[in-house]
Amino acid sequence: MAWQLLVRRAVYNYMAFIINKDTKVMVQGITGCQGKFHTAQMLEYGTEVVAGVTPGKGGRYINGVPVYNTVSEALLNHKIDATIIFVPAPGVKDAALEAMSRGIKTVVIITEHVPLHDELDIIAYARKTGISVIGPNTFGVIVPGQGKIGIMPHTIYKPGPVGIAARSGTLSYEIALNLTQAGFGQSAVIGLGGDRVVGLSFSDVLSIFETDPLTRAVVLVGEIGGNAEEDAAEFISKMNKPVVAFIAGKSAPRGKRMGHAGAIIEQGRGSFTSKVKILSSAGANVAELPWEIPNLVRELLN
Amino acid sequence: MKLYEYMGKELFKKCGIPVPVGKVYFSSDDIEELAARLENVVIKAQVLSGKRGKAGGIKFACTPKEAQKTAEKLLKVKINNNSVSAVLVEERLSIEKEYYAAITVDGTKKCPLLIVSASGGVDIEDVAEERVIKLPLDIHIGMQPYIAREAAWRIGMEKALIPQFTGMIIKMYQLFRNYDCELVEINPLAVCDGRLIAVDAKINVDDEARFRCPADLPVTEEITERERKARDLGISYVELDGDIAVIANGAGITMSTLDLISHYGGKPRNFMDVGGGATTGTMFNAIKILLSTGPKVILANFFGGITRCNEVAGAFAQVKDKIGFSMPVIVRLSGTNDEEGMRILERHNIKYYRSIDKAVIKAVGMAAAGEEGSI
Repeated sequence: MAWQLLVRRAVYNYMAFIINKDTKVMVQGITGCQGKFHTAQMLEYGTEVVAGVTPGKGGRYINGVPVYNTVSEALLNHKIDATIIFVPAPGVKDAALEAMSRGIKTVVIITEHVPLHDELDIIAYARKTGISVIGPNTFGVIVPGQGKIGIMPHTIYKPGPVGIAARSGTLSYEIALNLTQAGFGQSAVIGLGGDRVVGLSFSDVLSIFETDPLTRAVVLVGEIGGNAEEDAAEFISKMNKPVVAFIAGKSAPRGKRMGHAGAIIEQGRGSFTSKVKILSSAGANVAELPWEIPNLVRELLN
Repeated sequence: MKLYEYMGKELFKKCGIPVPVGKVYFSSDDIEELAARLENVVIKAQVLSGKRGKAGGIKFACTPKEAQKTAEKLLKVKINNNSVSAVLVEERLSIEKEYYAAITVDGTKKCPLLIVSASGGVDIEDVAEERVIKLPLDIHIGMQPYIAREAAWRIGMEKALIPQFTGMIIKMYQLFRNYDCELVEINPLAVCDGRLIAVDAKINVDDEARFRCPADLPVTEEITERERKARDLGISYVELDGDIAVIANGAGITMSTLDLISHYGGKPRNFMDVGGGATTGTMFNAIKILLSTGPKVILANFFGGITRCNEVAGAFAQVKDKIGFSMPVIVRLSGTNDEEGMRILERHNIKYYRSIDKAVIKAVGMAAAGEEGSI
């Protein structure tokens, strides 16, 4: 199981399990508009972006980062711990398998609209080889003060005791900013991705937060659709650290995809009510409104 | 994308999965001929909603005349709020036993899932859990005969049927993979005279794989004209039935905006997520879609991260200058370049807020009062 591996690693590295000051990051699709922009942003935050890959565009530099045609070529010249993928959806499976088969152990997939069957293929391979996949359709991961592999606006975070795991980007940004303004920094913020099949699950991330000595409380930002929150509830019931949860989509109609491929109530499953009920009975504190979260965190930490 | 039953059965036939003899009709004109040949027929309304039988969408007929008349009636009614544009006329089989078989995706286990049951012919959600067998599949192994045999054994299938069943499950899996399906379901999978026959076909295809779908995959559209326009702009849009139009950035923030509107007693007209980093041009066109729905109020909720608040404000200013708003507009901006955004809105006399709760309360109040705001 991927999460057991992560937990083992977390015991030694704590929250810097995915990224710390020394993590060497590669960008796949570095020459595209998003790839270029976010490479600059990651560098600005202090992330060590050592290489980029775009097939056919090797030899050039993006913000001083050398571009290679293949992952193998990049690995001949650099030590690489993690990759972040910006390539268009039809090419994501190819890019992810290339990185994983060449030995890169952490893969963050930003791209949205990746076909479901490609996600199944990517994640099946990752599980067999003990690789951590974050996403697809994620904003990535940030350990405030250490580095980020992602597209989040990093100025809203600061180091602190709250771990955040979220299925959606902007909503978690808003929640993170509210927490920061209320004086609660973050130990790490991880986007799981908005798709039906994603790499890391809530339960994987919660188990890491539970072992991490810097994390004192966890905020789970979920939404309707799928089974991820129900799955997390099982883990929450065994946790020692307090969990605050918020679920988006209370008013969403059944059978409609609300922006995320995974945010759909199908055949009555994955509804707001069932998620809130199961999270509450597992011992999580469910916030009814997003701005209640900092107060709930304050109460739980005091 | 969901396929109609008749489309699913066409794909089944191509893959070698047996289906009843039958034909799809878009008018009741030529039905008598087929009905005369088949004698007893079943006439099935082609709609994409579930629970069709309970809603009166499946009828039987014994004479050609009766078949023609029944089809004519079905083509005029609405089944679960869907109009019926086609009927499938098939031979009426004498069924000895009904099974259930499906291949879908388990989002928690992150793998394909084979689901079988000896309690077919009813909604699988209503079948007791212990009577439903779920086998997670390793996508790298795919569907092998041993998996289907195990499934057959666990539902107590008669030995003589197992080779047929195995062949059928393997074909279902090939279809599932080759057509990028989210679901391939046969319910009921009927036993008729020692043969297994797919009496119904339910296939959902992954929209994200459209770019590589096989040429013979038919297309069904469940979306409205506005939803299509939005899709062409690359934004997510779902039509709802309230009166407060919503535009926001990100699925989570948009959903929670709708939730807040409901929380304060209002009703959203739509879900619109323009995503991260939308340009002024895209937003201009997105706001035009909102205008076309004739809402009482437009509420925008933007948290500027990658999206820059000044560009959001710019789009609203442009729409106001070029088209004009005939309803109040309330914009909530926070994050990247919000000060500049608010100055732009101020200059164009568009109401803005920094906090979302105040913006939503104002929007709900205005929608209720039908009040004229910043026009």
